[in-house]
Amino acid sequence: MLDIKALAASIDGKPILRGIDLSVPPGQIHAIMGPNGSGKSTLGYVLAGREEYEVTGGSVTFAGADLLAMEPEARAAAGLFLAFQAPVELPGVGNANFLRTALNAVRRARGEAELDAVQFLKLARAEAKRLAMPEDMLKRNVNVGFSGGEKKRNEVLQMALLRPRMAILDETDSGLDIDALKIVADGVNALRGPEFSALVITHHQRLLDHLVPDRVHVLAQGRILQSGGAELARELEASGYAGVVAAAA
Amino acid sequence: MATAMRAGGVPGGVDAFLARFAADAAALPGDGAARRDAAAALTRLGLPGTTAGRRPEAWHFTSLRPLAGLNFVAPVPVLGAPLTIPGFDPAGFTGPRLVFTDGVFDAAASAAPGFATNGAGAGDTLADLRANSLDALNAMLCRDGAAIDIAAGIDGGTLLLVHRAQSPGSSAHPRHRIRIGSQARLSLIEIACGAGETLHNPMSEILLEEGAELHHVRLQLEDRSAFHLASLHARLAAGAIYRGFTLALGARLARTELNLHLVGPGAQAEAHAVQLLSDRQHGDITSCIAHDAPGCASRQQVKNVLTDQAHGVFQGQIQVAQAAQKTDGYQMHQALLLSDGAAVDCKPQLQIFADDVKCSHGATVGALDGDQLFYLQSRGVPRPAARAMLVRAFLDDALTAIADPRALSLAEQAVGGFFERHPA
Ligand SMILES: Nc1ncnc2c1ncn2[C@@H]1O[C@H](COP(=O)(O)OP(=O)(O)OP(=O)(O)O)[C@@H](O)[C@H]1O
Ligand SMILES: [Mg+2]
Repeated sequence: MLDIKALAASIDGKPILRGIDLSVPPGQIHAIMGPNGSGKSTLGYVLAGREEYEVTGGSVTFAGADLLAMEPEARAAAGLFLAFQAPVELPGVGNANFLRTALNAVRRARGEAELDAVQFLKLARAEAKRLAMPEDMLKRNVNVGFSGGEKKRNEVLQMALLRPRMAILDETDSGLDIDALKIVADGVNALRGPEFSALVITHHQRLLDHLVPDRVHVLAQGRILQSGGAELARELEASGYAGVVAAAA
Repeated sequence: MATAMRAGGVPGGVDAFLARFAADAAALPGDGAARRDAAAALTRLGLPGTTAGRRPEAWHFTSLRPLAGLNFVAPVPVLGAPLTIPGFDPAGFTGPRLVFTDGVFDAAASAAPGFATNGAGAGDTLADLRANSLDALNAMLCRDGAAIDIAAGIDGGTLLLVHRAQSPGSSAHPRHRIRIGSQARLSLIEIACGAGETLHNPMSEILLEEGAELHHVRLQLEDRSAFHLASLHARLAAGAIYRGFTLALGARLARTELNLHLVGPGAQAEAHAVQLLSDRQHGDITSCIAHDAPGCASRQQVKNVLTDQAHGVFQGQIQVAQAAQKTDGYQMHQALLLSDGAAVDCKPQLQIFADDVKCSHGATVGALDGDQLFYLQSRGVPRPAARAMLVRAFLDDALTAIADPRALSLAEQAVGGFFERHPA
């Protein structure tokens, strides 16, 4: 599904990613862990197409296409979704309008019929209910005045509506209460199937208890320094990153 | 499309208008003496920028130089065509309406309610013709205009007041007089539109008696080769409410002068404005809100959205007289520059002579937010649509403040049309 080879990227001339090799096959969930500032969010942004990051080397193939050659909106239409670590507030943009515009843009790009306001609201209300989101969050401006946890749930709502093939969840578990964590994990598990993959960036074992990953990678100093099975996350929780980083040095 | 005659032997600019007045004076209705006074004032004031020499302070950012070589003739209106505006739902133009074609009342296209008629109405004026070029030009050449008079206590509902220019190369100088009686109210939607290189120089005089309320949404949708030089003078008695909103998209060169005079205690005025300009359009909103009585409030939110080489101007004066204690004034100007070539000039001016007042003002200039743009694109929204969404979001509080649903719908259609013409 996603094939990252020797990916290097920098911002303002400062190298952040220094050669990432990572492959997520269809149907698998991979976790990325790593120290603060190691480049995890940068990887997500680069994959989603944020133009401030300059790709200085390597390649990314997504569902057979050259991902790095595509505009951000084309990546979304192709089925890539990034749940932001810090979701962006859009004052003056109603959440329902935002969600419908996004959904219809993606549906149009995929050759599917657009949803009218009534069809959309029915769908959005049902998904919001599944995520235990109060309905007034559809009426409010996008993420404006949302609590930290509400913003994360709103990201998951977008994911549920857009039905990506590849979801990158950047610390979507941070700031969620115990019940919300379960709800979010259920949301991801609901999408699980042979055609759905996910890259889950997290600092905590808890989410991975619900979303048992096929592989766990440690990203530090702009590289994947170690990979392993689901048990690696638990080991890291006990021992920290110092050993991994020292071993790679 | 025909254009205004280029001066060649014939004088352009102010001389052309004065020559036209000299030739047509006898045929113009009303008070000849007042017109001659106006002509004398115009001779002295000139049209700023059309002649050599320094422009007056109030015209620092806007020059009428493009008028210097042009000679706009008196139109010969062809009346009676039904009212339509390309890109707008015709359903918005039914109901009570006054239509002026090339500055002349078009009865067949109108549906005038009992309180509204037309007339040249010279004489009494709130404008100070000795001070103002646009008012003097209007007073000299005015032929017709709306006469709206709502008796005390009456709710006039919603009235459309439309100017349409149909004769390229001509100019129209309508004078609209609006009186809202004590405790009466009206929602007035003014639309200026047309085709070709024309000049529209309207003047509106508005009298709001005690407790009267006027909602006044003005949509300036002139042809992009046209000139729009408008002035408005409103006088608010005690407890009167004026809620003005100007949305300007059209014209090659536009200036709107808003003069609000709060003369009775507890009057409230809003003078909001939005300009959406592209190409080489120049749009100027110049306002003066004068607080002369205690306990009045004024609110002004001006937004400029500028792309290509467009130039937006906002000059906002707030005057608080010594007697106007407990004045509550607020003014905000925000500009959104969508291209490197766009420019904005903003000049707030607070003159406060009372000591117990609350007056604040602010100004911001910015571009679209890269994080927001990327967020939308990452959700599949194509970049042009994402930009349009964010511009619409920038305007959201201004648009949603329009209370009359018909006015709001027309404003939304106008804004939507801008995005269709300027997708990126
Ligand atoms: N716009 C930017 N300008 C300068 N430096 C940046 C910018 N964006 C990221 N960086 C730097 O790049 C490095 C990697 O940041 P990134 O956000 O990818 O880390 P992270 O692994 O997601 O950390 P965390 O676990 O705290 O979320 C950091 O040192 C950060 O300061
Ligand atoms: Mg991060």
